[in-house]
Amino acid sequence: MSSQENSEENLPSEQDPAHGAVEPADDPFADPGLPAHKPRIQDIDERAAKRSERVVAFLFTLSMLATIGFIASYVIFPVDKIIFVFPFGHVSALNFSLGLTLGVALFTIGAGAVHWARTLMSDVEMPAERHPIEAPAEVKAQVLADFAAGAAESGFGRRKLIRTTMFGAMAMVPLAGVMLLRDLGPLPEKKLRKTLWARGKVLINMNTNQPLRPEDVSVGSLTFAMPQGLQESDEDFQTQIAKAALMIVRIQPENIKDKKEREWAHDGIVAFSKICTHVGCPISLYEQQTHHVLCPCHQSTFDLSDGARVIFGPAGHPLPQLRIGVNGEGNLEALGDFAEPVGPAFWERG
Amino acid sequence: MKKLSARRRHPLAAVVVLLLALAATGGLYAAFAPAGKAQADDTSQSLAISEGKKLFSVGCASCHGMGGQGSSDGPSLVGVGSAAVDFQVGTGRMPAQQPGAQVPKKKVIYSQGQIDQLAAYVASLGAGPIAPTSKQYSDQGADTAAGGDLFRTNCAQCHNFTGEGGALTHGKFAPSLEGASPKHIYEAMQTGPQSMPNFPDTTMPEKQKQNIIAYIKTVNGDNSASEGGLKLGGLGPVSEGLFGWIFGLGALIAVAIWVAAHTAKAKKS
Repeated sequence: MSSQENSEENLPSEQDPAHGAVEPADDPFADPGLPAHKPRIQDIDERAAKRSERVVAFLFTLSMLATIGFIASYVIFPVDKIIFVFPFGHVSALNFSLGLTLGVALFTIGAGAVHWARTLMSDVEMPAERHPIEAPAEVKAQVLADFAAGAAESGFGRRKLIRTTMFGAMAMVPLAGVMLLRDLGPLPEKKLRKTLWARGKVLINMNTNQPLRPEDVSVGSLTFAMPQGLQESDEDFQTQIAKAALMIVRIQPENIKDKKEREWAHDGIVAFSKICTHVGCPISLYEQQTHHVLCPCHQSTFDLSDGARVIFGPAGHPLPQLRIGVNGEGNLEALGDFAEPVGPAFWERG
Repeated sequence: MKKLSARRRHPLAAVVVLLLALAATGGLYAAFAPAGKAQADDTSQSLAISEGKKLFSVGCASCHGMGGQGSSDGPSLVGVGSAAVDFQVGTGRMPAQQPGAQVPKKKVIYSQGQIDQLAAYVASLGAGPIAPTSKQYSDQGADTAAGGDLFRTNCAQCHNFTGEGGALTHGKFAPSLEGASPKHIYEAMQTGPQSMPNFPDTTMPEKQKQNIIAYIKTVNGDNSASEGGLKLGGLGPVSEGLFGWIFGLGALIAVAIWVAAHTAKAKKS
C-alpha cells in the first residue's frame, strides 16, 4: 500500500468551497448539504489512472479478440460437430463457441465502459436545483383569456347546427374501427360442433393405422384412435385431428360409476375426446389405477370412470364421450358424432 | 478323567467344546429333520418355481399374501406375468420401501437369478405377459424416426418429449427414462407398472416397441448430444424459467450492484 501513502501527499489540502459542508447551525435539522467530495485514487495518482486505462484497454482488446474468435469459430466448426465439454456434456462445438465468444465480446465492452466511467471519468457531484413546473400566473390567465376569445369568435354557442352535426360526426367516426373488427370473422358456423366422427366410422389405431378390435384393448391399456378415412398426408389433417382425436381405455364395467358412460361404452371400452375442455390442450396423462386423466397445461383432472367428471382444475365441462359399438366385421365403430362440442367453451356453446 | 479335567483350562478347550456341540446339533438335525426330497418333479423350471416360492414367502408375501392372492396392502399377482416381476424387482421398485402414492426406483436387492425364480413362481400363478427375450427388446435395425413419432403420440404426455419424466396427480410422477435399460422399458410398455397404462402387442406391436426404445436411446442415452450445452433437465419452461430467475437475474443484480457501488475513494485520514 505504499502507493496509497504516496498519494496522500497529492490530496488537495483544502476542500473546494462549492462542495463544502454547510456549517451545522443551531437548528439540528438544518440541511447538512452535500458531504465533502472525496477524490479517487485515480484522481490523485497518475500511475493508478494509467493502470485503470490499461485495464479498460485490455477489456476492449479482449472483446476484439473474442469477436475474431466468433468469426473464426463460425468458419472452423461444421454445424454437426459434437464435442464433450466438462460440465455440459455432449454439446455442439459451433453453438458452444459462438455463444462463448459473443458473450465475452459483449460483456467485456460493457465491463470496460463501466470501469472507465467509474475510475477515470469525472465523479464530481453536480447538484441541480429543481423548480416548480407550474406556469406563472399571468401566463395562465393569458391562455384562459385566449381560449375564451377563441370560443366566442367561433360562435360555437350560437351556431347550434354546426355544433350538433360536429358531435354527430365525432360520435360516428369510431364506428369505422368497430367495422374493422368484422375482419376477425367469419363466424365458425357449425365447425366447432361437428367432428369427423359419424355413425359407422371405424376407429383406427393411430399406432398401427389398423382398425381396432375390442379384443385388442386390454384393461389398463391406453390407445389413441382417429376416424377411418383420415390420413396424415391429408391437407386438413391437423384441423380434423385437433377435434376428432380420441383416447380409448378399458375399464371393468362394474367399475364405471356413470350409467350413461357404461351404456355408451362397449363392454367397458370407453372412448373420450382427447381435447381438454379448458383451452384445448391434448390430454392423455392417464393413470390406469385411479382412471384419472390429467391435462399437462393447467392440471385439469377428469375421472374417466365417472363420465369424465372434472375433479380438479380449471376445466368447465366433462370430456365429451363418443358412443361406440362393434360392426359386422368385429371392429369398433362410432355410433354417431360427439353429442356436444369438443374442446374449450365458446360463447354460443350453451 | 482326571487327565481330561486337567486340560479344561487349555487355550483350545473352548474350540474343542464348540466343535463337539456343532457336531451334535448337526447329527440330531440329520436324524430328525424331514426328508428334503419330497418333491417328485425336479426339472429346472419347477425348481425355479419352488425356489421362487421360498423367496416370495420371505420377501413378498407380507403384502401380496402367501399365495400371491393380494391383501389390503398389496394387489393380487395372479395373472401379472413374469415381465411385471422382472420389471418391478429388477428396477428395485419391489419390495416397496413404504406404502404411498408412488413406489420409486431404488437399489436392486435381488440377483438376476433370484428375480428369474420369483418371476417363474408368479408366472405359475396365472398366465400373463412373459419377460421379453433380448431379441425382442433389441433396437438393432429399428426405425428411430418412427419411434419418435410413436413416443410423442403415446408416451410424451407423461414422460416429456425426450423422456425426462414429469409430474402426475397426488404426488405421483412419471419417472425419467434416463438410464432405463431397454428390457425394462419394454416390460413397462407390456405391463403398465403403477399409474402407467399398458401398451399390449395388440395395439402396439413388438416392432413399434423396438422403435420407441431406439428413440429413447437416441435422445436420452449416455451419448445423446445436447446442442446448446445447458439442457436444464429438458423439463421445458419450468426449469428454464427457474434458471433465468435465479442465475440470470442474480447475475444482473450482481452487475447492477457493482455498477452502482461507491467507488473506492482515497481517504485522507
